[in-house]
Amino acid sequence: MTPENLKYSEEHEWVRVESDGQVVVGITDFAAESLGDVVFVELPDVGEQLTQFEKMGEIESVKAVSDLYSPVSGTITERNDSVIDSPELVNDSPFESGWMLRVELTDTGELDKLMSHADYQSMLEAQS
Amino acid sequence: MSDSQDLKHTSLYKTHTSLGARIVPFGGWAMPIQYQSILQEARAVRTNVGLFDVSHMGRLTIRGSGAAPFLSRVLSVGAISMRPGRARYCLICNEDGGIIDDCIVYRNGDEDFLLIPNAANTASVIDWLDQWNTKPDTVSIKNVTNDTAMIAVQGPQSIPMLNEVTADDISSVLPFRTVQTQIDGRDTMLAHTGYTGEDGFEAIVSAEDAGHIWALLVDKGATSCGLGARDVLRLEAGLLLHGNDMSVNDNPYEAGLERFIRPDRRGYVAREALLRIRDNGVERKLVGFIMTGRGIARHGHAICANGRQIGEVTSGGPSSLLDRNIGLGYVPADFSEVGTCLQIDIRGRLVDAEVTSLPFYIRS
Repeated sequence: MTPENLKYSEEHEWVRVESDGQVVVGITDFAAESLGDVVFVELPDVGEQLTQFEKMGEIESVKAVSDLYSPVSGTITERNDSVIDSPELVNDSPFESGWMLRVELTDTGELDKLMSHADYQSMLEAQS
Repeated sequence: MSDSQDLKHTSLYKTHTSLGARIVPFGGWAMPIQYQSILQEARAVRTNVGLFDVSHMGRLTIRGSGAAPFLSRVLSVGAISMRPGRARYCLICNEDGGIIDDCIVYRNGDEDFLLIPNAANTASVIDWLDQWNTKPDTVSIKNVTNDTAMIAVQGPQSIPMLNEVTADDISSVLPFRTVQTQIDGRDTMLAHTGYTGEDGFEAIVSAEDAGHIWALLVDKGATSCGLGARDVLRLEAGLLLHGNDMSVNDNPYEAGLERFIRPDRRGYVAREALLRIRDNGVERKLVGFIMTGRGIARHGHAICANGRQIGEVTSGGPSSLLDRNIGLGYVPADFSEVGTCLQIDIRGRLVDAEVTSLPFYIRS
């Protein structure tokens, strides 16, 4: 199930706003399922800067390689090294233990450029 | 996809779609790449039983009093000395020693052979055979691909499972031997062959029986497996894929397939070229490598040494247990020793790799 309290990007990343104002970023269940078995995740280091909608890493399934795009701009404060060691977490739990980065936002206004749960669902339905 | 109506369908196509398979074009056919998870399918073959639709591969009958001498002329191994009920892996090489295809040839009777070329090469193999068939009155070549289906049943439990459904006990059928039997009353040719590195059989059945036999084996506990799992498994087993790891631009010595050729036979079309290559040696060789750095090599990536390109990856990916990433590629012979350090250019990042012996996986 795709959670209703998150924001979503067109590239199938999700953003969860935490109580301290930082955000947690990952990819959606739709993206994980489309990729198939995730076998490799490459993410930038803590302290690096992200720019909204620009490439932030790579994700590989058994047969395919895809770029990961950052849904927000900001500074990485935490990286989930568990998904680097165990990429299958992205398939098993895309919204929980399969999270990727925690980010201190540069501009909270950018969140308005992301989709609500309802809009993301509509986009998926339009594409199917 | 727009050209999907041009793709051929095997007799199991509806079985695949009803099982929820993801369909992709492969060698001119619409084939399942996966049903659920490629890795789960691959692991099912390593631990239990997997089913593969390999009906897209060609099935050519070569019959007549001249069939055996004709095949000896065009195949990399002799066919005259083969006994009925036997199968052999072989190459079809051109007069320069280039590999047109790799095949399995079965002898079903004194004047009755079956040749299995790769799907994408079936047409060029037929052209090549026709070109060398100077006595069509004694050698008849027919493409019977569409009359039959072929199902690979692979995995450590495949023989006990097949024995539950076959009319004859197949436990005593040795590797590369065949048996004519029935599955649930339906005529089946079973060959003790495969492309996974696991024990198993390949069943040739009539096209109309294929769906029933597939469902029967799924019911017995076999896992439906797609081309994705097949590729992971064959790479682990160090088995080459024509079109990736060998082509008409490579010869058997470069591809490391010299144990499957008998070049010194009078009348063999590639004899002169292969003997010359054998005597002169080769400058490049196909090697297996393990990634020692973090990254997955893919087909087409550059292989480098000391920062300069020396070759190209022909196949690469994760292993089924994800314990390592593996690959195949051609390098200069000087770099083919086991233990040689290489780098793979993965989208601009040089990642360490090491030449290793093949196969990557040997079943216990």
